[in-house]
Amino acid sequence: MIRKLSHYIGEYKKITILTPILMVLEVAFEVVIPFLMGHIIDDGIKAGDMDYVIKTGLLMMFMALMSLLFGALGAIFACKASAGFEKNLRHGLMSKVQQFSFSNIDKFSTASLVTRMTTDVTNVQMAFQMMIRICFRAPIMLISALIMAMMTNRKLSLVFVCVIVLLGAALAAIVANAFPRFRYVFEKYDGVNAGVQENLTGIRVVKAYVREDHEIKKFHKASEFLYKRFASAEKIVALNGPAMNLAIYACMTGIFWFGASLIVKSGGVDMQVGQLSTFMVYTMNILMNLMMISMIFVMLTMAKTSGERIVEVLDEEIDLTQPEEPVCEVKDGGITFEHVNFSYSKNKDNLNLEDVNVTVPSGSVVGVIGGTGSGKSSFVQLIPRLYDVTDGSVKVGGVDVRKYDLNTLRDKVSMVLQKNVLFYGTIADNLRWGNENATEEQMRAACESAQIREFVESLPDGYDSHVEQGGTNFSGGQKQRLCIARALLKEPKVLILDDSTSAVDTKTDAAIRKAFREYIPDVTKIIIAQRISSVADADMIIVLDEGKINGIGTHEQLLENNEIYREVYESQMKGADFDE
Amino acid sequence: MSDNEKKKGKAPLKTLGRTLGFVVKSYPVHCVVVLICIIVTAIVTARGTMFSKELINDYIQPMLDGTLSQDKGFRDLGIKMIFIILTYGAGVLSTFLLNRLMVYVTQGTLKIIRDTLFEHMEKLPISYFDRNERGDIMSIYTNDTDTLRQLISQSVPNMISNVSTVITVLISMLILSPILTLTALIVVTCAVIITRTLAMRSAKHFRKRQKNIGEVNAFVEEAVEGQRVVKVFTHEEKIMQSFDEKNEKLYDSTRLANGLANVVMPIMGNLGYLNYVIVAVVGGYLAINNIGGFQIAALIPFLQFTRQFNMPISQFSQQLNSIIMALAGAERIFGLLDQPIEQDEGYVTLVNAKEDENGNLTECEERTGIWAWKHPHSADGSVTYTRLCGDIVFEDVDFGYYPEKTVLHDINLYAHPGEKIAFVGATGAGKTTITNLINRFYDIQKGKIRYDGINIQKIKKADLRRSLGVVLQDTHLFSGTVADNIRYGRLDATDEEVHAAAKLAGADYFISHLPKGYDTEISGDGANLSQGQRQLIAIARAAVADPPVLILDEATSSIDTRTEAIVQRGMDSLMEGRTVFVIAHRLSTVKNSSVIMVLANGRIIERGSHDSLLEDKGVYYTLYTGNKAN
Repeated sequence: MIRKLSHYIGEYKKITILTPILMVLEVAFEVVIPFLMGHIIDDGIKAGDMDYVIKTGLLMMFMALMSLLFGALGAIFACKASAGFEKNLRHGLMSKVQQFSFSNIDKFSTASLVTRMTTDVTNVQMAFQMMIRICFRAPIMLISALIMAMMTNRKLSLVFVCVIVLLGAALAAIVANAFPRFRYVFEKYDGVNAGVQENLTGIRVVKAYVREDHEIKKFHKASEFLYKRFASAEKIVALNGPAMNLAIYACMTGIFWFGASLIVKSGGVDMQVGQLSTFMVYTMNILMNLMMISMIFVMLTMAKTSGERIVEVLDEEIDLTQPEEPVCEVKDGGITFEHVNFSYSKNKDNLNLEDVNVTVPSGSVVGVIGGTGSGKSSFVQLIPRLYDVTDGSVKVGGVDVRKYDLNTLRDKVSMVLQKNVLFYGTIADNLRWGNENATEEQMRAACESAQIREFVESLPDGYDSHVEQGGTNFSGGQKQRLCIARALLKEPKVLILDDSTSAVDTKTDAAIRKAFREYIPDVTKIIIAQRISSVADADMIIVLDEGKINGIGTHEQLLENNEIYREVYESQMKGADFDE
Repeated sequence: MSDNEKKKGKAPLKTLGRTLGFVVKSYPVHCVVVLICIIVTAIVTARGTMFSKELINDYIQPMLDGTLSQDKGFRDLGIKMIFIILTYGAGVLSTFLLNRLMVYVTQGTLKIIRDTLFEHMEKLPISYFDRNERGDIMSIYTNDTDTLRQLISQSVPNMISNVSTVITVLISMLILSPILTLTALIVVTCAVIITRTLAMRSAKHFRKRQKNIGEVNAFVEEAVEGQRVVKVFTHEEKIMQSFDEKNEKLYDSTRLANGLANVVMPIMGNLGYLNYVIVAVVGGYLAINNIGGFQIAALIPFLQFTRQFNMPISQFSQQLNSIIMALAGAERIFGLLDQPIEQDEGYVTLVNAKEDENGNLTECEERTGIWAWKHPHSADGSVTYTRLCGDIVFEDVDFGYYPEKTVLHDINLYAHPGEKIAFVGATGAGKTTITNLINRFYDIQKGKIRYDGINIQKIKKADLRRSLGVVLQDTHLFSGTVADNIRYGRLDATDEEVHAAAKLAGADYFISHLPKGYDTEISGDGANLSQGQRQLIAIARAAVADPPVLILDEATSSIDTRTEAIVQRGMDSLMEGRTVFVIAHRLSTVKNSSVIMVLANGRIIERGSHDSLLEDKGVYYTLYTGNKAN
């Protein structure tokens, strides 16, 4: 995992390596200061040697300034390196997701991908910054302070060797005990939040059935549980403070007693008064850094989960590959399915499409009808090679889709998805997804065909009207028509509408189809619909049932000889839609 | 400073006061003990440090000089040390107590805040939920309570402990030597100025970073959400381009914000040493020349204090930043708590009733199947009972979601018990709005709505809503079992009643085929069920409530035709014998309705039966036939 992630340090490698070196230098200068301190007192002040005091003072000042300089530089470099690492990592993730095929996308939910690219990346970034800075600084400081203390007085330093071992063990125990509890807490936390979320989305139901008190009771139970869990986890962490204080006090007591005894017994030879002060500073240094190390440990363990989640995305194998010698031209919009089997799970025993054979001449209008789960969407998604077939082949313009350059193929096979989205920006921005250089003229024409021109031009800002994220400021029908216009601007050879007019009223739906016939007669049009009226006038209608072709023919033929088609037709004639 | 700025400056203080007030009110005893513990800890630390002066002056030096015998010296020192150990023991104990109590104070307060938030939220009017983004409300529960946790558990106690440390250390230093204290303060002042400047700069970049993070996250969300569209339009490179721009901006602000914040630590640490050196030199000078009676023994604790003085000050400015951030979150929490709750001045209630042979209604405890409105009259103290029938009348109703923008004009309609009223019209014509008024999700501005002859303003909202069943277009299921979800309509329904309701809705068949039947757990808003199945459960839910009046928003645009037929059958049997308001999308519903209302731009433009409306050749005719009327 670490090797994989370290790859993203990239151009920040130099400062990443430089940072620990700076940290070492900072520590080197800093750790000498308390040592000199003792000498100032013992050899300078006590001896009444003002010259020595000033000379050593200046030396210490120099040390402090150097340590400040290296420390500050180290901080700046560490932050730059970690911010750069974060940038590269996020870029890497995003570009990986861009390469994802549809089946790759299916594997991760949107929410989980977003968390990985945001929260997880930030967690890893913080861990990285810690790692190159504090991770080096804290142990080095601890060890060098220990060495310096030993150099000052070996016997006395035994005092905190004992304390360090005990405190280290205590801190480790605290971390080991608290960590699993916290993990559990966060799971419960998600549960409480899910409860709130549920009430936000279902507030109308709650209020309509007057169930406010019922919901409040449920919530109290969950929050009480969370409180207990949180408190039990925090209680363990709360031992950190007293443990630390206990260690400090124990060291101080030890230094006072044994120090005094050493000084007095040796008559001030083995140890002098000033060194007491040196010892106190080192004690603080050592214990503080021990604490720091236990904190780093917690941080790193937390970041590890995030790191793993990121690597999962980075390691995801892209299952759609560019051919080696790609065909870069689509001749026409003819489509052929030859013995196509297809399964989302790539499992031959669980086929979503089975032995599909059909030939669609270029320029024809094809309707696709079938119930939920009959395989309509799977069928059309194979044409722009959003998925690869499991067996058999799909040909567009007489060439197997796997031989095309992916971009060429998808540019020429334009598809309006069932779950379609508009992006933040203006209407024109969204339309230009279809064609970057579309002129106003072209946009107008596309909107005209999609029966949305009148609406767009009635807006105060026309084509420059603002679109919210996801297009939430437009109605379902408006969104669908804008998406159709966007697809038209690509000037495709094949146009696929996957239930793309479900929110458009029957009249407008008919007008759109009429416009297709008039303005883009050469384009092969494949229309998936729930409404028979949307496909009745097609050249060819395909009836799908449980992944198999149940019937192919014109409206009249199918009414005659296809049971499913007839059943759907009859049920719908009883109930037209009033919806817009 | 202008008045406005003054107010702005005071607002965070007010929020801080309110937050702390909340904590203190919930845990008054804890808070007092915590405060005492903080002070005790600070004093114990200072006392321990001070001891080094006594140690040298009273024991080490005399023993070295021989004025004190080693035997007696160490015996006295031993006694003194026991006292010191006891003091330290008190310190450890108070830290332990402090930390332990803070866990309860923090988590307890958070629990109370969460509970209060949720309770209050449940009582807010629908308009609040319509006007606020779900994500925004959600982040009050997640991000804002999180920052509040930091504020209560860390920032505030640390702040108090820092202040008490600074005070005790300052006093100790003044006792040791006023002149040296002054010297030390000069450097400290410099340090304060430097950290303040850095902290302020970094805060500016942190705000920028927060904004950039928001932008990157929004972009990532949008791009991932629309990933399939991106693929279909081969827009991958374009996406990367705009992403990189935003990512680069985020990098810049992160680098600066973190860099400035992190530089504070080495600067403060080493300025501390610098201070140390200066104090040592000046102290040495004082001691050597014996100015002001200053002794070397005092220098050792003094130097220690100099370092102790630095820590809280470097933490101070950092904490100030996080406090300000937390207060912004607290402000949003109080913002929600300050929202006015749904008002209910109704006094007419719904009660079970018995009918005697004269047709008089009397109230009773048990469920009789007969319901009555209990209407107390304040004038003479009498009570009248009106039978619940489901008779609804709109008289000249005007309504707007915002007072200045009326969306329904002059609505007049009546529905007799058992009648079916269909609303037809384009999206945005006001169909859903009318149904929102019947159950008083929104209150009308002008006119009257009567329910069995009673103005609905006089009916208690809970009782009004209990008498109305609702099946919404967006079915919402709660986590729990299928049976739990159906029982949501009436919590005390028996299993038999639940099954009967499911049968009525036509849901029994598919439910009994689920792996665990009625005990199947529903996950994430019923994601494991198809849309048609979810709708059937919602219908069963309304059926088990068995209300005299039903409001249906039937919508099936995304359900395939076969499921649609099943849902339709469920709806039809539910409608039997009830007064029904239906937002119609389907021809068959409309055809059989008693009255059809055609709405356009918030007005009823046509009304009548199916046949009479067709004869009129108006808007309904156009909608129905798809032909323009001539």
